[in-house]
Formats: sequence, structure tokens, C-alpha cells
Amino acid sequence: MNERFEIPARLKTTSLVLMIIGLLVLGIGAFTLLNGAGATELSKTRFWIVLLHNSVFFLLMTVACVFIQAAASLAQGSWIVAYRRIPEAIGANVWIFGIITLVILFLIAYTFQVDGHNPIYHWATPHGDKILEGKHAFLSKGMFAGFTIVTIALWSFFGRKFRALSLAQESAPKNSTKIYWTTVKLSAIFLLVYALTQMSTTPWMWIMSIDAHWYSTMFSWYTFGSAFVSGMSLILLWVVYLKNQGNLELVNKEHVHDLGKWMFAFSIFWTYVWFCQYMLIWYSNIPEETTYFKIRQHGPYSMIWYSVFIINFIMPILILMSRPSKRNYFTVTFMAMTIIFGHWLDFYIMTMPGPMGANWHLGWYELGIFVGFVGVIMFTVSRTLASASLVPQNNVLLKEAVLHQS
Amino acid sequence: MAIKKFAVACYDDEDVLFPAVKKVRNSGYKLHDVYTPFPVHGLDQAMGLKETDLHVAGFIYGLTGTSTALGFMSWIFTKDWPVNFGGKPHLSLPAFIPITFELTILFAAVGMVMTFCYVNQIMPGVKKHIFHPRQTDDYFVVAIELNDNTSETEVIDFLKSTGALETSVQVAEDSWWYGRFDKDEPYQQLA
Repeated sequence: MNERFEIPARLKTTSLVLMIIGLLVLGIGAFTLLNGAGATELSKTRFWIVLLHNSVFFLLMTVACVFIQAAASLAQGSWIVAYRRIPEAIGANVWIFGIITLVILFLIAYTFQVDGHNPIYHWATPHGDKILEGKHAFLSKGMFAGFTIVTIALWSFFGRKFRALSLAQESAPKNSTKIYWTTVKLSAIFLLVYALTQMSTTPWMWIMSIDAHWYSTMFSWYTFGSAFVSGMSLILLWVVYLKNQGNLELVNKEHVHDLGKWMFAFSIFWTYVWFCQYMLIWYSNIPEETTYFKIRQHGPYSMIWYSVFIINFIMPILILMSRPSKRNYFTVTFMAMTIIFGHWLDFYIMTMPGPMGANWHLGWYELGIFVGFVGVIMFTVSRTLASASLVPQNNVLLKEAVLHQS
Repeated sequence: MAIKKFAVACYDDEDVLFPAVKKVRNSGYKLHDVYTPFPVHGLDQAMGLKETDLHVAGFIYGLTGTSTALGFMSWIFTKDWPVNFGGKPHLSLPAFIPITFELTILFAAVGMVMTFCYVNQIMPGVKKHIFHPRQTDDYFVVAIELNDNTSETEVIDFLKSTGALETSVQVAEDSWWYGRFDKDEPYQQLA
């Protein structure tokens, strides 16, 4: 059996080229948008907000893979075991995205100022704004720094720990369940950590605080829906890619069907939370709440707003509804790529309107940085995948996973 | 709805049942149905039943629910009885969504249950011929449909060779009817 994944030269070159494009775009952005002759407040803001948007999106997507793996371990689910090296490998690289995000968030919160005020995080420079000063206990630089460091450190630790435990199982005695139960216990702890960070506070602090006057308690669930469904799509893309390379012989259509069902179900979950947040605000019609949707739905962003709804809801529900389409490699791959792009656009519309107003761009800089992050994910995850066997040979649930029927 | 002749074989073990069902299919006899005391995993594939179309029916019922809810509410709130709710437009889609959602689910769920019952002939009061009293206890019962040209002894010998514990030839109603088992079974009236 073809257990080892050897990185094909083509994947390596592609990922390196994508990363170089990302770095080049970042460099050009730094010289023209940030420090160029025509650099204005808007162009400087654009430079930083795009980095924030992409780094947070990719970090939350990769952490969602750790969550998926932990939730499956805790529920003692065998459906994931045949390809669990993939969420593990993505999780083991959370620290890379964590550090990138940490640096960007700190630079924005601490150093980015135009004429004495911070165009992205208004709460960093409240200047007598009563509402922002009232939120000082939560939205302040100290809290932000401490919270961000602790969150990213915990995520990185758990991501690497699950991978290490899974690899340790390979050298453990046959049928020993010691490591299995350690994984179950750690998964329970991780779910708690995840619930207190990604599912509640982190998106408030990193993304919602861009529109610091506005708040919504649904917001974190809504970003969680985005992160979960993109993470699931990312796992599916790797599954299909590795199958095309001749690896993962144990994975068959039953497993792909499972992943398709998750993508379908969580696209609907995302819409449900998205609509809950929207409808409550629409119904009560309070001016300070509706401004958030005014600019997004009726203002300059309306085209993106509606396309996000079509890509993330209408397309998955119609295309992924039938059983044959969830078992077809082409449709699931196509939908996985569409869903990741759709939720990237969704994050775009969460971050951009606050600081950029009507002057939004979706051009070389935004797409270049996105491509760079895609390169990073391809490069790092493929290296981790190649470093160990793709089949968790010694996993207690492996037999059940192979017999799995969906 | 027809009176037909059946050859019936009883087994008491899944491991005998599966090869037997396979042999019946390969032999060219017409498999009427297999009756089991509990759902047997994989038996539908072994019997060669085709994939159900129930979900297509569910989709159509769902769409009916969606359009019923949207159409009815739009008519009520714009034509029949327009009410001003907090200055909102009469035709305000977001407010209709929860009810539309509920009605979609209701139509799809109820419609699918009823279709399922109809297709499987399970309704309150509906009776079907019982080939063997122990088919709800511990016997797996295979019924083969016979025609006038089939030799009964040949079929029985064949069924015995597959490991059947009991065999019989029965003339019975192949579909459902309303009424009581002891009195109303049509073939008994015929006899």
C-alpha cells in the first residue's frame, strides 16, 4: 500500500511560486500603498486591512480543522480515521498562521496610526469617544495583546499535540488504548478552549471590533460557521488531491460522501446563523445596529453581499443536495473551492466596510495576498503530510473506518 | 391486487439467508419479497432493490411548502389584509422566512412519511398476507412468485437445497387489503 506521500515536484513549485507572488505583492504593497509618494490614509488602511482579513481567515480555517478532528475524537467517531492525518497535518501548522496573524494584529493595534488615530481599530485611540471608553475593559491594547497571545498559543499547542499523539500511537504496543484515551481527554479540553475563543470571544476582538460601536452576540457563531465549512472543504481538497496522487487507498466514496454531507449541512448552518443575526437587527430596526447592514446590503458592497449569499447558500444547497453529487469527485472538489472562496468573500465583507467605506478594492493586492496564503497552506501542509505515514496503521478505530458506510 | 401462487422458504440464520437470496436471484425465479424480524443490513443490495426515489418526492414537497408559504403570506399581507407592522413594507421578505422555513419542513416531512407509507403499504387498518407466523419472531422468510408453468416440486427442492428449514406453497393476495385477517382475506373467500 502506498502509505507515504512524496511531495510531487509540481506541487512544490506551485506552492513556492504562489508564496513568491504573495511576498512580491506584499512588497509592492509596502512600497506603493504604505510608503509610496501617493500613499494616503485609505491606501495605508487598505494595506493593513487586507493582511488582517487574509491572516485571520486562514488562521480560523486551519483551527477549524483541529476542532473537526477533536470533535470526532471526543465522539469516538471512526468516519474521520481513514484520513485523519490530513486535519492533523493542517492543525500541526496552525502555529505558522498563528504567528503571521499575531504579528499583523500587533502591528495594526500598536503601530498603525494616521494623524494620531487608528483607522482600523478605533478603540486603540478612543480620544474621548464615550462608547469606546465604556468598552475599555474588553477593547484595550493590553487585553487585546494578552488575549491574542494566549489564544494563539493554546491553538498552536493543541494543533501540534494532537499530531504528536497520533504519531506516538504508531510506536505504541498493538491495541494499546492509552494514547487513544489521552486524545479523547485532550479533545474535550480543546473543545472548551475553542468554545471560549473562536466560538465566542476571538471574532469579537479581532473582527467585530473593527466596527467598534456595533455589536452582535451572534457574530462569533456566524464566523464559526464560516470557519467550519471552509475547514471541511480544505480537508476535502486534500483528500481528493492525495487520492489523485495514488495515496489514501483506504478512503473511498463513502468517506467523500461524508465530507460532502458536512459541507452541505454547515453551509445551511452558516446561512441559519447569518440570517438570525440579520433578521433580529432588521426587525428591531434600531439605527445604531442597522448602520452595519446599511453599508453592506444597500451601500457600495451590495453586489458582494448578494454574491456571498448565492455562493455560500444557494449553490451548496442546490448542487450538493443529491446523493450522487456528494459522491462525485468533480462536484465536491468544485464546491469545496467555491465554498472556500465564498467564505473568504464573507470575511472580506466583515472586515472591509468599516475602515474602507465606499472605497473598496478587490484587485491585485487583495487577490495577491490570498494567493500567497494559499501557497503557504500548500507548502506547509504537504511537508507535514510527507513527514509520516498517511495511514494511522495502529489506530484502534482503523478497521471500523475502512468498513464505514455513509 | 391479485391472487398469486407463492413458494415460501424459512431460514433461521442470516448467514444462510444471504447466499439463499443470491441463489434465488441467480436461478431466475421471481423474488417476491424477503420478510425479516428486524432490519438486516445489506439485504436490500442482496435483493437487488433499486435506490429509492423518496428524496426526490421530498424535494418536490419541500418546494410546494416554500411556494405555498411565500405565496399565501404575500397575498395576505399585500392584498387581503395589509397591516402596518412598525412601518415595515407590506411585502417584507425577511419576516416571511421563518414561516416559509417551517412550512417547507412540514410539507416535506409529512409528505415523505405518507409517501413512504403508501409505497410500503403500511397504513393503519391495512392488512397483508402473512407467509409464516414466525416471520416477526425469529424466521427469515423468502417468498418466490410462481406462474402456471413453474413446477412446484422443483422449486421446493431448490429451496430446500439452499438450506430452508420449512417450505410451502401458498395461494395468497400479493398486495394489501382492508379488514380482518381471519375473515376477509380474499383468497379464502375464493376457496
